[in-house]
Amino acid sequence: MTTLDTPPMIETPIHPAVGEWTLPEFVSEDQLPSREGDRVIQYREALREAMSEEMRKDKRVFLIGEEVAEYNGAYKISQGMLDEFGPKRIIDSPISENGFAGACIGAAMAGLRPIVEFMSWSFSLVAADPILNNAPKMLYMSGGQWGCPIVFRGNDGAGGQLGSTHSWCVEGLYANVPGMKMAIPSNPYDAKGLLKTAICDPDPVFFLESERMLGDKAHVPDEEYYIPFGRARRVIEGDACTLVSFGRPVNFCVEAAEALAGEGINVEVLDMRTIRPLDIDSIIESVKKTNRVLVVDQSWPFAGISSEVITQITEHAFDWLDAPPARVNTRDVPTPYAKHLEYDYLPNPERIAEGVRRVMA
Amino acid sequence: MTSHAPSKPAAVKDGPSTKLPDETLKKWLYDMQLIREFEARTMQAYQQAKIGGFCHIYSGQEACAVGTINSVEHHDPVVLAYRDHGHALARGMDPRACMAEMFGKVTGCAKGKGGSMHMFDKPNNLFGGHGIVGAQTPLGAGLAFAARYEWEVLETGPKKVALCYLGDGAIDQGAFHEALNLAALFSLPVIYIIENNGYSMGTAIERHSANPHNLVSRALGYDMKSLEVDGLSILNLYDHFKPLADECREMQKPAFVDLKTYRYQGHSMSDPQKYRSKDEVEQFKDRDSIANLLDHLMNERSCMSEDDWKAMQKKIKGIVREAVEYAEQAPEPDASELSTDVYANPQPNLSPTEDYRHGARNPLL
Ligand SMILES: Cc1ncc(C[n+]2csc(CCOP(=O)(O)OP(=O)(O)O)c2C)c(N)n1
Ligand SMILES: [Mg+2]
Repeated sequence: MTTLDTPPMIETPIHPAVGEWTLPEFVSEDQLPSREGDRVIQYREALREAMSEEMRKDKRVFLIGEEVAEYNGAYKISQGMLDEFGPKRIIDSPISENGFAGACIGAAMAGLRPIVEFMSWSFSLVAADPILNNAPKMLYMSGGQWGCPIVFRGNDGAGGQLGSTHSWCVEGLYANVPGMKMAIPSNPYDAKGLLKTAICDPDPVFFLESERMLGDKAHVPDEEYYIPFGRARRVIEGDACTLVSFGRPVNFCVEAAEALAGEGINVEVLDMRTIRPLDIDSIIESVKKTNRVLVVDQSWPFAGISSEVITQITEHAFDWLDAPPARVNTRDVPTPYAKHLEYDYLPNPERIAEGVRRVMA
Repeated sequence: MTSHAPSKPAAVKDGPSTKLPDETLKKWLYDMQLIREFEARTMQAYQQAKIGGFCHIYSGQEACAVGTINSVEHHDPVVLAYRDHGHALARGMDPRACMAEMFGKVTGCAKGKGGSMHMFDKPNNLFGGHGIVGAQTPLGAGLAFAARYEWEVLETGPKKVALCYLGDGAIDQGAFHEALNLAALFSLPVIYIIENNGYSMGTAIERHSANPHNLVSRALGYDMKSLEVDGLSILNLYDHFKPLADECREMQKPAFVDLKTYRYQGHSMSDPQKYRSKDEVEQFKDRDSIANLLDHLMNERSCMSEDDWKAMQKKIKGIVREAVEYAEQAPEPDASELSTDVYANPQPNLSPTEDYRHGARNPLL
């Protein structure tokens, strides 16, 4: 069992399927550079720094996506990268997700390290065959001969009144597939450290960002750092109830926790940071302390991440629970357009606080 | 009834094939006959339920794989659809590894994890057979992208050209059109080889594709060089294809080839073939590509005798028989193989139920 403070063991073998690769050396959470400081940058800049640093180190890494080069990124994530790396490595693709995602899988098999930007994960659905049927299965189907070291990244979740087609949270759908890894950072600091790890990782990584967080600001240190996959972060320490979340709703959990503290309910907030691998050990450790758990998941409830987390909790810590595990998801309907309906549809601080009160009752 | 009316292949005067030594052409004959014999034994094994799943027989189309693969270098990447045994053998895969794969044995080319439709062979730069119709077409663009990137950005590789094979049915897929656009737009050295056998499963090309007798129009739409050629005569095919492949490599640009061919067997092993007549099949058998090359070697080049041919057939029979015996005797994958090769970098907690490990390479490859 691993705990919050001891990183999972990560071996660094030379795998015949992915050519030369070295994983960064990971340190424990308390040895990472400080999260406090005045080098305050946006989430989008943190992503850009991660990509640029890795591209400087490894010429096999390139970025492709719609509007990433000359337009400087539809969301300005790749701003300036064309100037630094040139058009051979920062590549504008046509609106052809199936085509360019598939092509990059071929390129990854052949030894390159593509970063594929989906303007939104909602648009990745037209690339479902390559990203779900090829990338995660290539190593297995080929009997270990060819892996697929690739990062797919883009905006996940409701962007703000974009309606049903543009508001996908793909984690519930995609994390089902073995062979892939999935990271979903909730803040600029983790976004940078996780993306750098994702680019070094020799497996296909689905990296889920959020349009609503791209402008979020936080201190991101000058020193280089990598955040390992499969290690949750305890955002708030508490003993009344464990809140398990990932991605943007972690921030709502923090807001809810502050409100609940006023009522004398001190919740513990865990930011999972990656879904595959899922740091179930840290969840269990926390649940054994609080004996109550609420999972906050921005994807739909049916057969999704919250279902999975709760299943694993009941498998490992059934006897430690004082109340049935509970969850707050996006409501089980297509995404509405109207502002107040969308707000109510998403996990929000009020719904989360309400969920905690239910678990505490 | 399919479109290809039998016609004599239009020969190129003094084409590059005329300069090839006899030995090279004999090797082609050998490869084509090896595929023919291999597929005959594959059908037998399938009927004996030693091979499972979907299994697509290549007989009739041998000249396509052998002619095109021999037009490029061994380091040039090749990616395929699911009708892939022939290309695998033409590329140099050990027939034992190919047969063992279909038998689901651990010494198969993919350790019994791929099966008939998913033949992968890294030492031979064979990037897989792919079971989803059209899925390999973006991959082909990507292999070419990587090759060009290695040559141009990393400066570690020579100029290469990728071969991406697909059936006539696959030209109806969106992925294929996206791949063509990307290949042309980015000037990627990939040749899309349509093995146009006139049928997508039981649907004749007239019933599955618009403008069915002008497939090269697809390439023209993307301003891509194209070629329509009879795929039943390997010499004719080579004479047209070899210069095109050289040009794509040299100029680092894509091309599209409509190779007119014919499959003798059903679409897969479970096809009653109600959609075509026996006459039609016989008509094409009259123009058989192996007989065609044999005739050339015996009567035009006069470099092969009836006895030589018998000896070659005998040798091939022995090799294929041995492949079947080998596949039969090979061990099944250990139960632990179920959870290997899922991740190149397995970590704890990737799965609630599995404990992933690294795989081991197939000893045959
Ligand atoms: C996306 C997809 N749809 C359907 C199938 C089932 N299927 C397999 S092969 C095939 C026919 C394809 O014919 P063609 O591309 O001409 O290749 P050929 O079999 O003639 O070599 C069909 C419908 C599939 N494998 N993938
Ligand atoms: Mg066909």
